[in-house]
Amino acid sequence: MCSVCGCSDIVTADGKSVGHAHSHDHDHPHDHGHDHGHHHAHDHAHSHDHVHGEYKHGHDEHGHHHPQPDARGDHHYGTGAAGVSVPGMSQSRLIEVETAILSKNDTFAAGNRRVLDALEVFAVNLVSSPGSGKTTLLCETIKRLGDVPLAVIEGDQQTANDAERIRATGARAVQINTGKGCHLDGHMVGHALDQLRLRQGAFLFIENVGNLVCPAAFDLGEDCKVAILSVTEGEDKPLKYPDMFTASTLAILNKTDLAPHCDVDLDLYAANLKRVNPDIEIIALSARTGEGMDRWIEWLTARRDAKRTG
Amino acid sequence: MHEMSLVEGMRTIIDRVAADPGIVRVTRVRVEIGRFAGVEKAALSFAWDVVMHGSKAEGAALEIIDLPGTALCYDCGATAQIESRLDPCPVCGSGKVMPEQGDEMRIKDMEVI
Repeated sequence: MCSVCGCSDIVTADGKSVGHAHSHDHDHPHDHGHDHGHHHAHDHAHSHDHVHGEYKHGHDEHGHHHPQPDARGDHHYGTGAAGVSVPGMSQSRLIEVETAILSKNDTFAAGNRRVLDALEVFAVNLVSSPGSGKTTLLCETIKRLGDVPLAVIEGDQQTANDAERIRATGARAVQINTGKGCHLDGHMVGHALDQLRLRQGAFLFIENVGNLVCPAAFDLGEDCKVAILSVTEGEDKPLKYPDMFTASTLAILNKTDLAPHCDVDLDLYAANLKRVNPDIEIIALSARTGEGMDRWIEWLTARRDAKRTG
Repeated sequence: MHEMSLVEGMRTIIDRVAADPGIVRVTRVRVEIGRFAGVEKAALSFAWDVVMHGSKAEGAALEIIDLPGTALCYDCGATAQIESRLDPCPVCGSGKVMPEQGDEMRIKDMEVI
C-alpha cells in the first residue's frame, strides 16, 4: 500500500506488482526511468457509443491516457512527440483555463444523475473503511426491503466476492474491479448503470471501494453519501478522516452488538461525527443482530418517497 | 488523496487546450487548490512530473496557489476563515462549524509559447 495516496501497488496487465515511488528531494541532478504506469481494466463488456436517455457520450470523450504495456509489461510515458522547440518563438502567452480538475468526472456524474432522476431512483453511495460491514449491511437491507426494486454496484480493487454475496440474496448486482484504483468514478458507474436497467422508483446502492479518503472527492451522481463506521474502528476516526464524514449525509455506526466487548464510547463517536459535520445524521445499528435496522430502512424509504413526490 | 488521478484529469484538460497548433509548449501551469481539498502538494508535484511526460506540458512548472478555507458557525452565524476542518469558530469558539469553501481544485491558467 502506498503511504502517500493510499492506493495499492500498481499491477500490470500480466498481474505483476511493480510498486510505485513517491517524491523525495535531492540536491543533485540525476536521470531515471519510471516504471510507473496505470492500467484501466473493465471485466465487463461495454459499448462506447451508448446513450443514457438524453445523455450521450462517444469514445472520443473518454480521452484518458492508456499507455500500452511493452513485452515485459512495463508502461512507458514520455515517448510522445513533445519537447519540440521552434526557433524564433520565445514570447510566452497566458491562457485562461479556469476549469475544475475533476470537471470530466463531474460531467459523467451529472449524466448519471439525469438518468437516475428521470427514473426516480434513490441512489446511495456507501463509503467506509474496509471491513466496516458494508456488504453484510447491504445483504440485510435487501432482505428487509423485500419486493422493492433495487440494484447494487459493488466496487473493489479485486474479486467479485461481494457481488456474488449480493446476488445470493436475489438482487441484481454489477461488480466493478478498479484494479489499482482507490475509488469509483462517474464514468465507471455510468457503464454499470447501462447494464443494470433500473426500474422506476428503485433503490440503487453503490458500495464504494473501502477507503475513507479518496471516494470523498468523486461525485458518482448519487443522491447522498452514507458513511459506515463500525464501533471497533475507534471513536476518533471522524477526526482522522474528516473529509469523508463532512461529505456524508448519514453516518451508520455498525456492529453495536460488539460495543460491550470493546470499551466503546458511543456518545464520543456521535460527538466526533457532529464536530466534523454538524448536519450529519447518525443511526447506530447492528446488521448482524438486526438492532436499529428498522430506523435505517425507514430513513431510506422516507428519502426515496420524498424524491418520488419531490 | 490520489494525486495521480488528479493529475491525469489535469493532463486531459491541458492536452485539450494545448491542442491548438499555435501552441508549441506549455511552460507553466497555475492551479488553485483549496485548504480542504485533501491534496498533498508533494504528491501532486511528483505525479505532475510523471504524468506530463510526452505532453506539450512536459517539463512545465507547476505553481500551486493555496485558497483559504472558510466555515459557517452554527452558533454565532459568522463565516470565518479556518486553517483546518477541526478548528473551532474563531469568532465565538464554538465547535459547530461547517466548512463552506476550500475544496476547490481548479486549473487557473497556463503560460504557453
